[in-house]
Amino acid sequence: MRDFMLKSKALYQKHKILFNLVMIAILAVLPMFVRQSYLMGILCRILLYATLAGSLNVINGYSGQTCIGHAGFFCIGTYCEAILATRLGLSFWLVLPIAGIVTAIFGGVIALPTLKMKGIYLSIVTLGFSEIVRLLALNWEGLTGGPMGIKGIPVPEAFGFQFTGSRNYYYIFLVIAVLFLFVTGRVIRSRVGRAWISIREDELAAKSLGVQTSRYKASNFMYGAFWAGIAGAAYAPYVRFIDSTMFTLDEGFNILSMVIIGGQGTLVGPVAGSVIVNLLTELLRPVGQWRMVAYGLLIIVMMWWRPQGLVGASDSILSGNTGKKRLGKKDKRGVSA
Amino acid sequence: MSALLEARGVCKYFGGLKAVEGVDMTVNKGDIFGIIGPNGAGKTTFFNICSGIYQPTKGEILLDGEKISGLPSDQIAGRGMARTFQNIQLFRYMSVLDNVKIGFHNRTKTRLGDAIFHDKRYQKDEEFVVEKGIEILEKVGLLEFKDTLAGNLAYGVQRKVEIARALALDPKILLLDEPAAGMNPLETQSLMEFIKQLNADGYTIAVIEHDMKFVMNSCNRILVLNFGQKICEGTPDEVKNNQQVHEAYFGKGIIAGEAVK
Repeated sequence: MRDFMLKSKALYQKHKILFNLVMIAILAVLPMFVRQSYLMGILCRILLYATLAGSLNVINGYSGQTCIGHAGFFCIGTYCEAILATRLGLSFWLVLPIAGIVTAIFGGVIALPTLKMKGIYLSIVTLGFSEIVRLLALNWEGLTGGPMGIKGIPVPEAFGFQFTGSRNYYYIFLVIAVLFLFVTGRVIRSRVGRAWISIREDELAAKSLGVQTSRYKASNFMYGAFWAGIAGAAYAPYVRFIDSTMFTLDEGFNILSMVIIGGQGTLVGPVAGSVIVNLLTELLRPVGQWRMVAYGLLIIVMMWWRPQGLVGASDSILSGNTGKKRLGKKDKRGVSA
Repeated sequence: MSALLEARGVCKYFGGLKAVEGVDMTVNKGDIFGIIGPNGAGKTTFFNICSGIYQPTKGEILLDGEKISGLPSDQIAGRGMARTFQNIQLFRYMSVLDNVKIGFHNRTKTRLGDAIFHDKRYQKDEEFVVEKGIEILEKVGLLEFKDTLAGNLAYGVQRKVEIARALALDPKILLLDEPAAGMNPLETQSLMEFIKQLNADGYTIAVIEHDMKFVMNSCNRILVLNFGQKICEGTPDEVKNNQQVHEAYFGKGIIAGEAVK
């Protein structure tokens, strides 16, 4: 298994561009072969959550901050689009970046007072933030429609073509997901991404090497929030009706579970996580609420058996081991100098 | 000889514990400056104050004549002070080259937008970082490990990676906290030569070390701390013959001849 993964990784590195183009081409023609719109709906969800989980992974996986209230950012992005599109009648294509920027600002607002917090303390703040956002959406009737939600969100249009239904909307989600992966990949492999990762690995050492850790932690939060906002803004016209019940803590944990199951600190991890969790959701539909138990078990098993996630080979702090123990584990794997 | 790093009456109290008490120090340009003292003498605390990880309770630190105490450590690093840690603090799951790349953080300017669009600044920075990074690794003799995860390396090699990473800052002064800890005599010997070579290349070095052979042979000035206080500062010979230093290391009785009485 390990050999296989290493080999496939090497093969991928070798033909990276070709492989990615083929992947995109396959995804682009996929709707022609999928007849049922039920299946298209699942594909749309997978792509949407790939972006959402990916944006959370930027925060949790790369800079090692623990945000568990990602639903809050998702909620802000969604409401932002819905409000601007229904009240002001702005075009979707204009609102999309605006929603991203607004959400990023909220990300900054959350990040600044929490710069000195770590681990569980930061998690609790993000959790609280997520709930506050949801409660605001529920109670600020003038702006958000309160419990009635916002309905009749106009669908995006381009050159007279309307993106209605999952079959057409699939392409919007696809473009956003691909764009997200492309851009994030570039950022991670730059000075900025390295600074984020150095904070995850050892904040003190990063600081002593001149990395302005506070600034990069804030920018990391804002970047993650930005993409959550974009995903949210794309989601609003897809469902056409939104209310606050879509953004409960469960939603946040759902996104988090995708990141954990897929693998933190890798680009593909959250995508894999999104595929697995969404497929599982559909497969387990017959057992109803028991599927929550299945998720719980899955996360426990993953944490126990493969803490770095399914495709996560990052073996970093995130794999749950510390210091020497981590080294020992690595040696056993036969990955050596 | 001009003073590069100066400490003036530096104190650090942790509650009632006086970890460092009124220490003065002058490191001149071109020095290999040794700091020694028994365990718990406050050497590392003193280093942490110098590099901005702790703020001094009293006193001040000057780098090149400018006051740096009170600044956060990332700004102090930006002003030309690099350090290594007693318990190696590498970015374990980054490759050796990536570790060194972080050291170039302040010398490059790529921002989010540059990274996304791969513009000129990004390309220039990446080229610079890779070229200079490899240059440093070559100098330190770690080129063969450049793609290895730092955490997988042997202990002695990890120490070198930490030094390489610090060199990437192009520092005016390099603080090494027990660089020879856990090394065998052979490794210590080669480290000693390496440090002398760095000094010959123009780096000013301050080093905390327990290995006396190392300190007496390579340092030109030495500061001795005991219970947070400075008991001696001077050349190796001065330190060797200092009564207080003997007492700190060997106890009072035998040296003073009291045991005989």
